[in-house]
Amino acid sequence: MSATAREKQLRGWSLVGPGLLWTIAFFLVPLFIMAAYSLFQRVGGRIVTDLSLANYRLFFEKPHHHDALFNSLEVAVVTAAVSMFLAYPLAYILAYRVPPRWQRIALVAAILPFWTSYVVRSYSWLLVLSSEGIVSKALQWTGLCDGPVAIANTRAATIIGFVHFFTMLLTLTIFANLVQIPASYRRAAADLGASAFQTFWRVTLPLSIPGVMVGAFLTLVLTLGDYITPQILGGYRELLLPQAIMLQIQRNADFPMASAMSMILMVVISAVFVIFSRWLKIERL
Amino acid sequence: MTARPLLASVLRRVPAAAYVLAAFAFILLPVAVLVLFSLQDSLLPIPPFRGPTFKWYAEVFEDVRVMAALANSLMVAAASSALACLLGFLAACGLARYSLAAGGAIRWLLAAPLSVSYLIIGMGLLVTFQAMAIPKSLGAIVIGHVVINLPLAFAVIYSQMGEHQSNIERAARDLGANERQVLLLVTLPMLWPAVLAAFFLSFTLSWDEFIIALLVSRFDVTLPVEIWSLLRSGLNPKTNAVGSVVFLVSVAIVAVVEVVIFSRRKSE
Repeated sequence: MSATAREKQLRGWSLVGPGLLWTIAFFLVPLFIMAAYSLFQRVGGRIVTDLSLANYRLFFEKPHHHDALFNSLEVAVVTAAVSMFLAYPLAYILAYRVPPRWQRIALVAAILPFWTSYVVRSYSWLLVLSSEGIVSKALQWTGLCDGPVAIANTRAATIIGFVHFFTMLLTLTIFANLVQIPASYRRAAADLGASAFQTFWRVTLPLSIPGVMVGAFLTLVLTLGDYITPQILGGYRELLLPQAIMLQIQRNADFPMASAMSMILMVVISAVFVIFSRWLKIERL
Repeated sequence: MTARPLLASVLRRVPAAAYVLAAFAFILLPVAVLVLFSLQDSLLPIPPFRGPTFKWYAEVFEDVRVMAALANSLMVAAASSALACLLGFLAACGLARYSLAAGGAIRWLLAAPLSVSYLIIGMGLLVTFQAMAIPKSLGAIVIGHVVINLPLAFAVIYSQMGEHQSNIERAARDLGANERQVLLLVTLPMLWPAVLAAFFLSFTLSWDEFIIALLVSRFDVTLPVEIWSLLRSGLNPKTNAVGSVVFLVSVAIVAVVEVVIFSRRKSE
């Protein structure tokens, strides 16, 4: 390598260096420390640094531990499916049926609650779904139910809270995908004799799969890792994995067990990442 | 147009319009309920609605803890966004202008925090600070927020760096500018919109981030964590008022960004 080439490399590294060091020091190293902690044990209030897989074994042996994982997976899949069915028609109508000059304002309105804080959004649903809330009151007024209905503190409430957020997110990703499909494709299909449904089923839908998949991926990953929504809306009767992790820290101060469960969460999310990787154009970054 | 096709075309639009209205009702319902019952003139934010009153807002602005948390949030968001943009800008310049030996690996590592849940990033920091006996603090939140904002700041700025800018940089170098002058007087002004966009994106993420802030802070907390502790008192119009304030501030920020970026785009 010539002197100037080496100097250029050096200069480039000095620019990249600070950001790289930050990511290594406060992201990569902590992950390794957490991985190491997951192999320790907490015995009698002290952390024993003998390496073993005891925490992982405990996780898969004790039902109340691994149930949290399965609860999380179920809630994530249901959320993604329901959100998709709600968001797709909305995105479709916004993209193709709403006149262009209204599109922008309609889209902004469709994601307005994005801008409340996450904690506040879940709290708002608590207001709506509690036994004294407007859903319960409305059901009683219309005579559909006799007494107060408490949807809050159930899995249904968690899912409603999640579906609300991810319907907005999926509407965005699907809309962005739909408006990129040239109108000439649909016109061509119609000219060749396809019915409106055939045009949708054979042309528009296949071309919009990337937007659906990116949205589904984000939904699964963000749902699996979220603590706020299940904690505020779902209550304690049935825990999701992030709640179980936080419980280990807050109630037991069991950092090794919490680390092991975090590692399991990370592996699950990585698996989702691998499954969806063909639709996520990482190399574009 | 005769009556029949007009009626037919109206009827054809009814299902779509009904669907959009129903979807908007679902999407906007919680926010509407939140704001409406922040004006509730009784102790519980539940129907029937009585009011309006602004006394809960007055209580919020007199609440020392909420106001301190608000100031902390602004401070943490500003500091972490500025730091993330600085690091992201330098890294983007390094990668775009110098063909580094391990460029692909560096980009991958810089983007890696995007693929991990905030909960796990927060857990990692918590365990690490615990192991090294570093006390919980606002500074720890800033560290965590830079970790989550750096990948985005880097990606936004890096995506805006093109060939035409490196030609201008070369011209500046030919005219005798040294590397630092090129960076500060030529590259940075050209990338200003991207840096600004990255800053506001980071700011909103940090402003709303909860789980890392909860895990690595103790006495001084940010607004989401303070709101979290308000929730322990159950349903309360004061919490509605705090939530409404956060919502209105965020919408205002978004509106300003929209106007600034939109007007810029129009003028170009």
